[in-house]
Amino acid sequence: MRLRRRQRERLSLGLQYLAFLAVVATVLVAADWGRLRAAFFRVDIVEAMFPTIITVALRNTILYTLGAFAFGLVLGTLLALMRLSRVAPYRWVATAYVELFRGLPALLVLFLVGYGIPIAFPEREIPGGVFGAIAIGLGLTASAYMAETIRAGIQAVPKGQMEAARTLGMSHVTAMRTIVVPQAFRIVIPPLTNELILLTKDSSLAYVLGVTAQTIEVTKFGRDMLNDRVNATPLLVAGLAYLVVTLPLSQVVRRLELRYAKAR
Amino acid sequence: MTTAARPAVELRGLRKSFGRLDVLRGIDLEVGHGEVVCVIGPSGSGKSTLLRCVNLLEEPTAGQVWVDGVELTDPDVEIDAVRRGIGMVFQSFNLFPHLTVSANLTIAQRRVLRRGRAEAERIARANLDRVGLTDKADAFPAQLSGGQQQRAAIARSLSMEPKLMLFDEPTSALDPELVGDVLTVMRGLAEEGMTMLVVTHEMAFAREVADRVVFMDGGVVVEQGPPREVLGAPRHERTRSFLSRILDPTTSRGWGGPTFPPVVRRSVP
Repeated sequence: MRLRRRQRERLSLGLQYLAFLAVVATVLVAADWGRLRAAFFRVDIVEAMFPTIITVALRNTILYTLGAFAFGLVLGTLLALMRLSRVAPYRWVATAYVELFRGLPALLVLFLVGYGIPIAFPEREIPGGVFGAIAIGLGLTASAYMAETIRAGIQAVPKGQMEAARTLGMSHVTAMRTIVVPQAFRIVIPPLTNELILLTKDSSLAYVLGVTAQTIEVTKFGRDMLNDRVNATPLLVAGLAYLVVTLPLSQVVRRLELRYAKAR
Repeated sequence: MTTAARPAVELRGLRKSFGRLDVLRGIDLEVGHGEVVCVIGPSGSGKSTLLRCVNLLEEPTAGQVWVDGVELTDPDVEIDAVRRGIGMVFQSFNLFPHLTVSANLTIAQRRVLRRGRAEAERIARANLDRVGLTDKADAFPAQLSGGQQQRAAIARSLSMEPKLMLFDEPTSALDPELVGDVLTVMRGLAEEGMTMLVVTHEMAFAREVADRVVFMDGGVVVEQGPPREVLGAPRHERTRSFLSRILDPTTSRGWGGPTFPPVVRRSVP
């Protein structure tokens, strides 16, 4: 007997719900909740982590992220403009840079900056100490990705915009600054947010530079507590600490996009 | 230097190639001060390229472009300064979507002409009045209809107080019922004495408003003259066949016409 179209659709939908429920039920029944709670949710350990995880660790995570993002954004914008330049050597340098830094692990770059620069310039210190080294180390990698995003954003602005601006007597630079780049910026908000969220998590690589009690960030703080208490609760708390930052960030950007939606 | 002695626009031996494609093949054309010239011709005839050479959006391959006695093809010309005096209206409007209509009209006044905010806004408002968009100053372009966008774009050009206006198929992207508003604004401009070079397919506009009609085909000017001659009694066969295709699109078949298979009617089960 053949089913009718609506019957087939209902059957297919029902099966999908059933599969979902089966997976959830299996996890709920099979997991040993007592042991999970003992390993991941010890209230006394949670209490011991506050307020340091917020006042020191999360604060440092945010600072490192913002530092790396700011450095990466400035360098990335410069690289994007170089890739679009009429001067061929600028294009070569920018292309080589992007290919190089996209291909290297952020961890390695952070190592090279943190230990390489002090060897190369023994008389000087990296401005900002650990903060500066992390901002530069992570920012170098981030700038390679951002350069590509920003270049694509600039190229996504219709050619007629530049033509209209030039027709009104604007110079190339003025037209870029007042007409093209502001529109490109709106286009690249979602991918740049992505980059910011990635950086928030990459800031956990700061440990390779040997952080102290003052410069510790969330992941390292969680791992130290894990070793100290021989319990996984700190990892759960550390994970939640990241979400406290990244979830509102997504919300803010969604708002921003809605606001810009009418002006495009 | 007396600029009045020279025509508003002067093209001498203008050629433009894109790679191996010769789009303009030697154009000589003059537009007098206060004259309205409509350029017509089939697509691919080079009309838009011609217009874009007049403000150097396209760099001519050879020949000279003079506007108001200044040679634009001189490699040392201050092109930004020259363009201030040449307004241009595009087929796709090209309003700045991230700015309000008012800001669209003031940004170049302020950045290029260095006018103060109050003065720029006063001029913007006057020009919005002129095109019938007084109440749209605070809207964003996306909130306007196509016809309103194009009128705003005209007002944006006029805010720079140009001596010459170039129109590149200004109504081709509009819904038919919105074309009239834009043409009315353009007719008003012509009556005020603006020098206008208009690439268009609106034959009625060309007939009624133009002082001269230029018919282009294959990158050359085929014929030109008063509208009643070029449109009413064209001398060249190419002009005649173009006009018949434009004026009666359903009967003329430029390529010999389609061959439809015979319609076989079947009863639907």
